Amino acid sequence: MLERLGHTVEFPMEQTCCGQMHYNTGYHREAVPLVRRFVEMFRDAEAVCVPSASCVAMMREHYEMMAEAEGDLAFLAEVRSLLPRVFEFSELLVNRLGLEDVGAAFPHTVTYHPSCHSLRMLHVGDAPTKLLRSVRGLKLVELPQKEQCCGFGGTFAVKNPDVSLAMLTEKDACVVQTGAEVVTALDNSCLMQIYGGLHRAGSSVRTLHLAEILAETGGAA
Amino acid sequence: MSIVVGKTSKAPDFPIAAKAALKNDQLRRNVAHATNVIRSKRALRVEEMPDWEQLRQAGSEIKAHTLAHLDHYLIEFERNCELAGGKVHWARDADEANRIAIDIIQQYSGAGPGTEVIKVKTMTSDEVQMNHALEAAGIMPIETDLADMIVQLGNDEPSHIVVPALHKNRFEIRDIFRDKMSKPELTEQPEDLTAAARSYLRERFLRTKIGISGANFAIAETGSVCVVESEGNGRMCVTLPEVLITLVGIEKVIPTFADLEVFLQTLPRSATGERMNPYNSIWTGVTPGDGPQAFHVILIDNGRTKLLADDLERETLQCIRCGACLNACPVYRETGGHAYGSIYSGPIGAILSPQLASLEHSRSLPYASTLCGACYEVCPVKINIPEVLIHLRGEIVREDQKTLSGKLSPENLAMQAAAAIFQNHRRYEAAQRLARIGQTLFERNGQLTNLPGMAGAWTRSRDLRPIPKQSFRDWWKQRSTKGDA
Repeated sequence: MLERLGHTVEFPMEQTCCGQMHYNTGYHREAVPLVRRFVEMFRDAEAVCVPSASCVAMMREHYEMMAEAEGDLAFLAEVRSLLPRVFEFSELLVNRLGLEDVGAAFPHTVTYHPSCHSLRMLHVGDAPTKLLRSVRGLKLVELPQKEQCCGFGGTFAVKNPDVSLAMLTEKDACVVQTGAEVVTALDNSCLMQIYGGLHRAGSSVRTLHLAEILAETGGAA
Repeated sequence: MSIVVGKTSKAPDFPIAAKAALKNDQLRRNVAHATNVIRSKRALRVEEMPDWEQLRQAGSEIKAHTLAHLDHYLIEFERNCELAGGKVHWARDADEANRIAIDIIQQYSGAGPGTEVIKVKTMTSDEVQMNHALEAAGIMPIETDLADMIVQLGNDEPSHIVVPALHKNRFEIRDIFRDKMSKPELTEQPEDLTAAARSYLRERFLRTKIGISGANFAIAETGSVCVVESEGNGRMCVTLPEVLITLVGIEKVIPTFADLEVFLQTLPRSATGERMNPYNSIWTGVTPGDGPQAFHVILIDNGRTKLLADDLERETLQCIRCGACLNACPVYRETGGHAYGSIYSGPIGAILSPQLASLEHSRSLPYASTLCGACYEVCPVKINIPEVLIHLRGEIVREDQKTLSGKLSPENLAMQAAAAIFQNHRRYEAAQRLARIGQTLFERNGQLTNLPGMAGAWTRSRDLRPIPKQSFRDWWKQRSTKGDA
């Protein structure tokens, strides 16, 4: 999709993980080398596109604090220089590139789950729904209680599996209630959780990241 | 010194307690209903405020400033309270607070048996388990807040900071009243329940000479104490008795009377979705011939000062106990308050209880959150609860890693392995390949449904798509070499 819009996309093969799983679970020391690695890998990029709101939230909320705690001023300067160039996928399109219509076609009924970190930490607002409303053939239906967490929460899903499942059951019931064929979000982790429950319950509702929908052109372009 | 926070030390781990709570359908219906009602009322009363964000910011700054100069403001409060005829006592922990209260009660009532005290809702009293201490000393505490009374009569524990009996519906409350007030005919109609409580309480208000209250705010500038409430029982408790004992956590002090302006707007809206509390009682020392003629304030530390040293931990003490984070929390809404094993439940309880009572007793609480941020969003004093949770998780892991069993725990080993894999992209790719081979053992009809170890907690109730045959990396490499762009 990005190439379709005329951009050059690079994927540094050396990249791995932003460190969120370690950091949020309390393994702060273990996350530091991953942060250093990320900064090193992307320091020269014009814009970094991250198709995961929670990873961007990790970067914006914690990278500076971690660099400060390391007492490494050069590292801190690099973090400060890089962060303004890091964009969550919908932010990149709407805020950085000023786009709403990316030329996508997707003739299906879709509901949108505003993942917690995109909603409450990145404050992406209506950027994703602007993009969805511009997709040809796509019918967007409102998800009831959409701002409620899906119950994933990283290691929460395995440390508190029963509560996680209770939350997921409520979320999936809302998804099914919309009658949508597809549920989308800005985080594959939440979608993995939502899918896990839907599929176990025998539902045919599909889970797709927003990028997967916007990449579809229905044969055109 | 012994720091007590309710019954925290005896509580089971959160996931275990939560599992039991999740099986109680009635409880879950009660909690969901009550939190939904308060949440929508709150939203209505917050939306109508054009300066809500500024009020939050102001509240946060007033509290942060006060906590940074707590020594100054506490002394100022003591001086002004005593100038107005009050007496201030300092309690380092629960035992001291309880002993001071018992001494005061016995000084006025004699040490005879059957002494009664009336109480208006105070979380601090529950925190130091004052009712148990009073009962052990032969003093009968009478809770006069309707919900606290329900909890007390039902031999229960509070499950919410603001609405302690939120887990009970009116049918359950009717049964408690029928039993404990000897009113077998009582119906579950709210009017009947209220009338029953009213006549039960009125008698006790009029005959009891000593009152115990908490404080929402203690004002340094004037030495005044403030309680906000909805039922009028608080007004009775702070005006009718001859002797009034007020328990104040040291973080409850605010510098000036004018500072109340901010909190009296944010607290009722956040707590109960009201523009203003029906009763706002502010009293200063002793006024001859009017109200209690002896006024004692017990300033309680009970673990609070050790939070002052750290910027992030100190934020916890900004809390004004509005309970908005409980109502907003998707975890609390599933489990109710008892699963947290502490009188402070929900998100604020998950950070407050372990910090006050040391992590030993409540290590599972900082993990009882998805870090969804709903708590932070509604907090009227902007406590970044998710950030504090992550900080506490860091402390737990650091402590664990100092022990051999911690080092060898499956979680630590998995996290160390993952860290090593993520530090090198070749290892990362190799791990992907390995997982792709390994997963075939657990694949059924194109799904992973029965993974071993920690991943089993996932697949017990959720399916998982297998790693695809071609990874994104492989696809990217392939299209790059083909020049397919």
